[in-house]
Amino acid sequence: MRSIRIGSGAGYSGDRIEPAVELVEKGDIQYLGFECLAERTIALAQQARLANPEGGYDPLLRARFEAVLAGCAKRGIKIVSNMGAANPVGAAAEVARIARELGITGLKIAAVTGDDVLAAVRAGNYPLLERPGTIADLEGREISANAYLGVEPIVAALRDGADIVITGRVADPALFLAPLVYEFGWSLDDFEALGRGTVVGHLLECAGQITGGYFADPGYKDVADLARLGFPLAEVFEDGHAVITKPPGSGGEVSLASCKEQLLYELQDPRRYLQPDVVADFSSVHLEPDGHDRVAISGGSGTKRPDTLKVSVGYLDSFIGEGQISYAGSGALARAKLGLDIVRERLQLTGVKTTELRFDIIGVDALYRGPVGNQPEPMDVRIRVTGRTDTMAEAVRIGNEVETLFTNGPAGGGGAWKNARQVLAVVSTLIPRELVNTQISYEVA
Amino acid sequence: MKLRELAHARTGDKGNSSNISVIAYDPGDFAFLAEHVTAEKVRTFFAGTVKGKVERYELPGIGALNFVLHDTLGGGVTRSLALDIHGKSLSSSLLEMEVPDTQQAPQRTKT
Repeated sequence: MRSIRIGSGAGYSGDRIEPAVELVEKGDIQYLGFECLAERTIALAQQARLANPEGGYDPLLRARFEAVLAGCAKRGIKIVSNMGAANPVGAAAEVARIARELGITGLKIAAVTGDDVLAAVRAGNYPLLERPGTIADLEGREISANAYLGVEPIVAALRDGADIVITGRVADPALFLAPLVYEFGWSLDDFEALGRGTVVGHLLECAGQITGGYFADPGYKDVADLARLGFPLAEVFEDGHAVITKPPGSGGEVSLASCKEQLLYELQDPRRYLQPDVVADFSSVHLEPDGHDRVAISGGSGTKRPDTLKVSVGYLDSFIGEGQISYAGSGALARAKLGLDIVRERLQLTGVKTTELRFDIIGVDALYRGPVGNQPEPMDVRIRVTGRTDTMAEAVRIGNEVETLFTNGPAGGGGAWKNARQVLAVVSTLIPRELVNTQISYEVA
Repeated sequence: MKLRELAHARTGDKGNSSNISVIAYDPGDFAFLAEHVTAEKVRTFFAGTVKGKVERYELPGIGALNFVLHDTLGGGVTRSLALDIHGKSLSSSLLEMEVPDTQQAPQRTKT
């Protein structure tokens, strides 16, 4: 049976770069995907593009392509990535520039656009998914709206002979599903195959999270050599079953346990994983050990794709002010509590207007949720005060009230830190898929 | 004993909801976990954190439960005031849950 090997070169925009190079050199892959676009990233990129029309694509695009492009060109490895963010055309031009600088010629680079649906979303005033209300309730503060595209434009670009496909917002698994659809000639209404391919894409899209990253727990789940964590690749067969593995000699592990955790990552109903191309069903996925650092994936299916596409809308929300300071030794916890009480009272006394406030003791209750028994008192704690405000000026005052504990608060307060920022938040909506028109343009290096 | 002795877990986020997978080290413990780690118990465990409903999905084929905790992330990753805006650490919290002491935990070399 025919098979292809696809590697996953990044699980988020800031991810390590050498593991992708290792996949190119030792993975024997034909495709390399880079998933670099978190929910909010594209809104930040849109802001960057407003400041500089040539920008707005992934800030690490140059570093990543400089690291892998020569190796990929030499071996004929095709690259698919959403590093285009808010400017796929500009990103493709930059990739062509990098290729020329490296003396690589003849590369065809596709830019997929059409995910920007801000005008359509404003015109339609669609309901928000996460909370009551509609787009109009954002009161014009929305700065980006990007639909999650499916595989179609990526497949079209590959059919046109593209060596590299750069997109903006697409569903993360689509970066990996598209090469499968192209190579195996899967029909876009073969929902069983698309469902299986989505399982593979979902397992790969977070890179190191399936090879032992976000996993190790000493004594319970020991993982070797995490500093040299290898990124995953899938050997995928024409019928959609696959083997997940990683380059020989790399750190980390591919095990049943690591694959199970990633299979369920960010999943809600496993029978209805909504994607632009298919509603995938993960409930019947079967995992089987297949040798050292190899897990075979079979099963999985899907049903007809939704009539709507999900859209992430970035908007200017509010301001957050924050301050932190630490206490040590016996009595540290009591001094931390006193510090929080003082800040709480000061914010009232000085009339700082907040719509939400949070008081944490890092080392005690900042992360842990759930019932607490009798714990030994910590010798090292850090308080953290965070508040939401309508203005930057008021956000700044929250951190200031924590910082003044240096000279006005409990004994031995050290390491004060403060920050105030505007919140660029994201909400989602659904729009009819007919409103989205994708385009493909090409650069040749 | 603590749930941590029998299962591992991973948290993911989507909007203002969090999902926590609870996966049996030994798939033979699945029925025990399904009996003792219910949606209601998870909701009680996270009282004060979970503002919405808790749903549970069963995946007996891989010996896992998937919990979806709605309205849990303080408005979502992009708005939250929390230190851990994604709620990544919720899985570690959940593994502190007490379950009946009847199952044999896997042999481990403590570090």
